[in-house]
Amino acid sequence: MILESVRNIGHKTLSIFQRVGQASIFLLHILGGIKSLLLRPSLIVQQVYSAGVLSLLIILFSGLFVGMVLSLLGYVTLVEFGVEGSLGVLVSLSMIRELGPVLAALLFSGRAGSALTAEIGLMKATEQLASMEMMAVDPVKRIVTPRFIAGVFSLPVLTAIFMAVGIYSSFLVGSIWLGVDEGSFWSQMQANVDFQHDLINGFIKSFVFGVVVMWIAVFEGYHAIPTSAGVSEATTRSVVYSALAILGLDFILTSIMFGL
Amino acid sequence: MPESIVTISDLQFSRGEREIFSAVNLVIPKGKVTAIMGPSGTGKTTLLRLIGGQLVPDRGDVVVEGKSIPALSNKELYISRKRMGMLFQSGALLTDLNVFENIAFPIREHYDFPETMIRDLVFMKLEIVGLRGAYKLMPSELSGGMARRVALARAIILDPVLMMYDEPFTGLDPITLGTIVSIIKELNQALGMSSVVVSHDVSEVLSIADYVHILSEGVVAASGTPEELRESDSEWVRQFLQGLPDGPVPFHYPASDYHQALKGGSL
Repeated sequence: MILESVRNIGHKTLSIFQRVGQASIFLLHILGGIKSLLLRPSLIVQQVYSAGVLSLLIILFSGLFVGMVLSLLGYVTLVEFGVEGSLGVLVSLSMIRELGPVLAALLFSGRAGSALTAEIGLMKATEQLASMEMMAVDPVKRIVTPRFIAGVFSLPVLTAIFMAVGIYSSFLVGSIWLGVDEGSFWSQMQANVDFQHDLINGFIKSFVFGVVVMWIAVFEGYHAIPTSAGVSEATTRSVVYSALAILGLDFILTSIMFGL
Repeated sequence: MPESIVTISDLQFSRGEREIFSAVNLVIPKGKVTAIMGPSGTGKTTLLRLIGGQLVPDRGDVVVEGKSIPALSNKELYISRKRMGMLFQSGALLTDLNVFENIAFPIREHYDFPETMIRDLVFMKLEIVGLRGAYKLMPSELSGGMARRVALARAIILDPVLMMYDEPFTGLDPITLGTIVSIIKELNQALGMSSVVVSHDVSEVLSIADYVHILSEGVVAASGTPEELRESDSEWVRQFLQGLPDGPVPFHYPASDYHQALKGGSL
């Protein structure tokens, strides 16, 4: 009984390491396709449309409402201490350092990452990837690399849009609706948000999340069991692993960037 | 026997615990239509994948045009595949491209031809399969038979020397089936390619094959020309070719005694 459970733990640990190793080799294979992709930028442009442009609506609306809620809650607390003029700082720092990169990445993994896993998984299930191999076309370079690169560069742009919309919507709620002084809202924000420390670090986070989300999405899709149940499981795993990876990495990155 | 294009020797291949091939030896002659037949689950499609280098054997060798496929580097394998064509059972058309672009796909990926040349090459192949008028359609707008014909046009766009067909007759209406049968034969003669047809549709295969290998339980159970196999005195070959429900290959999956099971015995 005990021996059995020890054996199970050993087996699971080994399979986790095997999967991590497999994913790392797969990432190298993806990156190996970048050189040939530079000669055909149109492949990336198509994918920027499906990963980035089509995610725009959910990013815009989420940014809008997150900014509004943040402003409302921040105002209620700040006004008690008479420092509601700092609302802009509160909202902008929260958005730039934390909420923008994390929420945009979570939304992106749900919208674009899951779609990508399902697309690649279905291409595998319908033998499209195998047929490419037989046409002497490497499916990783032709299908996976353009999607990976497009996703990695789309997320920081979407994050920037999320931040901008969030901050502006918080201004609308804070200043126009709740009456916070417009001058102090913007001037305090300008004085306290540092380009290098806050903005650049926020975008570094976003870039890292983009790599992780895309890596998980394409890996799960490419290695899905080629059946409808297999693709469905892979899509679920893609979203769950992405969310956990984003939140776990966020803690590590935050402690490095803004911790002690 | 004429010169061979594929030579398989002492091939062993397993999927997990299950052994698919224990020791397969067969030769596919150049310029002929060779059929690989056998009951479902005998690894006919797996054999095509081994020839195409998509799977690696556990033991033995697969030699195509004098090159050992399992020993090739990835780059060399891709070069070899440019000389092979494969028609998948599902067609495997790229769903985001229309018929024209699906067929042009291999040319665009490998060569920098002018657009007018690509157009002519694609229309020539579409004319062979009778679908020139359907060049604008998307794969979702095609019937099963049409999709397979488009896939066939795509598979021969680079004029392969070795063409592999994976169950080309399955699920087709009689008219489309007849069309595919005659196209396979004509392509073999007109383009001088060597064809391997994997199928268990006996009458269609025997009507076009020059040579037949029948696989069973991990080995080549019988080989010969269609005439030789028809006259074979092996009960197994007769059962397979005539489609008899029972014989050396039992109708029932191994189980306990039926009457005992109904009386409450073990199943």
